[in-house]
Amino acid sequence: MQQAKTLAEYRSQCRQAMDDEFLRKAMDAFAVAYRTNRANAFADMNERELIAEIADAKDAAVSRLDELFAQFKAKAEQNGVHVHLARTAAEANEIIARIAREGGVKKIVKSKSMTAEETLLNHHLEADGYQVVETDLGEWIIQLRHEGPSHMVMPAIHLSRYQVADLFTDVTGQKQEVDIEKLVKVARRELRTHYATADMGISGANFAVVETGGIGLVTNEGNARLVTTLPRIHVALAGLDKLTPTLHDALRIIKALPRNATGQAITSYVTWITGANECAPGPEGRKEHHIVFLDNGRSALAKDPDFRQVLRCVRCGACANVCPVYRLVGGHKMGHIYIGAIGLLLTYFFHGRDKAKNLVQNCINCGACKQVCAAGIDLPRLIKEVHARIQDEEGHPLPSKLLGTVLANRKLFHTLLRTAKWGQKPIVDGKTGYLRHLPLIFGKDQDFRALPPVAEKPFRDRWEKLRPAVEHPKYRVALFSGCVQDFVYPEQLEAAVKVFAGHGAALEFPMGQSCCGLPVVMMGETGAARDVAAQNVTAIDPGSCDYIVTMCASCASHLKHAYPRILEDDPRMADKARRFADKVMDFSTFARDVLGVDEQDFASVSAHTKTAYHAPCHLCRGLGVTKAPRELLAKAGLDYVVADEEDVCCGFGGTFSMKFPEESKALLDKKLDNVKKTGATQLVTDCPGCVMQLRGGAQRRGDGIVVRHIAEALAERIKPR
Amino acid sequence: MTTTTNALETFVKKATAVSAKVSEVGSLAEAFAYAVDLCDRKQACQLLVSGCELPLSGQGQALCDEKQTKVIAAPALAKKEFTAFAKLCKDKGFELIDSGMRSRLAGIDIGFTVCDLGIAETGSLVLDSSSEEVRLTTMIAEIHVAVLPKSRLRATSYEAEAEVLERMQGGPNYLAFITGASRTADIERVLALGVHGPLELHILLLEDK
Repeated sequence: MQQAKTLAEYRSQCRQAMDDEFLRKAMDAFAVAYRTNRANAFADMNERELIAEIADAKDAAVSRLDELFAQFKAKAEQNGVHVHLARTAAEANEIIARIAREGGVKKIVKSKSMTAEETLLNHHLEADGYQVVETDLGEWIIQLRHEGPSHMVMPAIHLSRYQVADLFTDVTGQKQEVDIEKLVKVARRELRTHYATADMGISGANFAVVETGGIGLVTNEGNARLVTTLPRIHVALAGLDKLTPTLHDALRIIKALPRNATGQAITSYVTWITGANECAPGPEGRKEHHIVFLDNGRSALAKDPDFRQVLRCVRCGACANVCPVYRLVGGHKMGHIYIGAIGLLLTYFFHGRDKAKNLVQNCINCGACKQVCAAGIDLPRLIKEVHARIQDEEGHPLPSKLLGTVLANRKLFHTLLRTAKWGQKPIVDGKTGYLRHLPLIFGKDQDFRALPPVAEKPFRDRWEKLRPAVEHPKYRVALFSGCVQDFVYPEQLEAAVKVFAGHGAALEFPMGQSCCGLPVVMMGETGAARDVAAQNVTAIDPGSCDYIVTMCASCASHLKHAYPRILEDDPRMADKARRFADKVMDFSTFARDVLGVDEQDFASVSAHTKTAYHAPCHLCRGLGVTKAPRELLAKAGLDYVVADEEDVCCGFGGTFSMKFPEESKALLDKKLDNVKKTGATQLVTDCPGCVMQLRGGAQRRGDGIVVRHIAEALAERIKPR
Repeated sequence: MTTTTNALETFVKKATAVSAKVSEVGSLAEAFAYAVDLCDRKQACQLLVSGCELPLSGQGQALCDEKQTKVIAAPALAKKEFTAFAKLCKDKGFELIDSGMRSRLAGIDIGFTVCDLGIAETGSLVLDSSSEEVRLTTMIAEIHVAVLPKSRLRATSYEAEAEVLERMQGGPNYLAFITGASRTADIERVLALGVHGPLELHILLLEDK
């Protein structure tokens, strides 16, 4: 749970979590295994189509929750079920405590429910004097340790077998062997006695099916069946978002949920409980069956056009499974009660701003979660928007406001960059070309990567001389540089110009262009993001060019996907922004598919340069470009070697690396270690931000590997004309 | 016919992949014989497997002492079939029961059921467990022997949907999709079978055409 008051405190807790060696090892093994298991599970399915169907069906249901609740209630009551609605978490707990009190209950057995975690139900019931026993193995373990879950489907993933053996030794009063198989059996026997003596069972519900008035439970262990069968009272606690019109909707989700959660085609048990069933010790041989629906902000969320898609979540936990930050710090830090990317969002909506304000900043915006989400939720974008909303509510911190003001004013921003060139002179190391030590605005913790100085002459000042004359051009192309290439790495753009030459592309570099705006989005500065978007769309008239090409994956993805949305409410800009976005293309796709850059453009003798590739998040996931860059490397006669986890984030994440340098460094080290294993002498990528991170890291570590933008690697191989 | 054959192949493949043991039988009598044989081959106290030999608290230990002879439960059979099954059991000295599961929570050796539907795409069984005895049988048994008549096999959950829905809409109903044995990976993601329910699932495909 989140108790940190400030970002600094939160950061220090994350740092401690990263020092837990078992956790790091367990998380690494899980992340790698999960990827393969998930891919296998979806191998013979149309995954995208299924996800889109789930998203549509959930959206439709969320838009009429009140109506669905009324229908469900009527149907369930026909079958003898008591249906309750709790406005708040406290109200849900009170309803359940009252049912226990009126039923003369002493002992309660529970099967796993994230909703009960959300309301802190156990605390409430225990305070009222009830004995509550969690029966899901992982939940039992964390209950005994007085901890919260560290994963939505594997709540005890942060613990080792040794810790569990010690715990069970305490519980049984007998020395337990460190043998997982045996420990599981001990739990089996110990828990069996509790089912037999409990008066009440509490479960969650994965579905509340309106057409039947019944609930569905998705489990592996089978404890939910015992919990809902043996005691005379059964209470199911479900969020309103679990209401689903038809059984078909539920069956559809079941096709994705277990596959996404654990790589299983289906869980061992799916249990459908419709109405008050046979139960020997119950009144008249029937179960006393209650269903408590929890609102706790859901109805309001359902009416929020920006965030309603959060309610699509089916609680599979996949967004944590693939999150590079979760992998580093674990679930206790990457969430409050709900965990992973969705957890950052749900924390804000269910548990409030105070719990969420630090958490939401710990998203590196790599988009891995969005790619696997079973319900197609645009998680990274929504996390940034929650961050922006919190800043609007609480006031913007000075550095964030300052950055926003500076970026919104191109001339001021560029003047500052040009001034920096003079300021840095004394600290540029003449031998390495990096900054010798960091300017004061950077903390010491930024020193894990060498940082480059601002270039002597930005690209925009070189353009007049560089602009190639093209007779009978086939394509009119506007180059979008982004700030890093313009002011730090102009040579990358020069290389691109060289690669494009001779293919009939008339290049332009519109001078009014500025930063794409992604850094201010990362800082939660929505206003500044809108201002720079409008400036760029004005500076590069989509009517004047066939393509807007950028060598920066992050810029490309932001221009293409975010601009139309950012400017959609501006009647003067909306249409233009859409046309602008349509023309945006990344370097590799443009070179390969539009210009047809091919083997004959490159020197005929192979270079035998062992070259590894880093797939930038915003290229491989943001734009879905995976083949073009790799094929170009091969066409250029470079010896491309595949590194492990090519598409995992390098740890840059723009301003993220400034806020969470320890995490940034850990991701960078992992990336460079994987590259090192290939024996490559060159590492190529298509984003200047990644280049800055990777090159600076390799320099500090002394890896002796050359890090380049793909345009540079290709330009060097271009056949002289 | 091809679809049926494919569905059958898929079912066997998928069920086997989640550690179910799949065999074919020609009649219910053969299925009874299979269950009895399986029970016979079990260790004298198979309950050992589920934790009795381990150091337990006094309360946990007490459960282990309750059971004496081998027990098979077959709660939903027609009377004639139950009698035939009971005779086979008696010959081996096993007890065959069809009720009273609540007093057997320590565990029974084998639970025997006839399933309502099968779903090929996931290797799942659909078992209407509205009867409490059926529900408990399939949870407290160490081995679940489930008969699936081949005619009840459906290719996908969507194809089973109408029949499942019909059961749910006829008053209170408790229905289970069962796929493989009870499992957990909650300790270090290491797979362990039989955490709360059966340690083994045996599926007997019954030729009924």
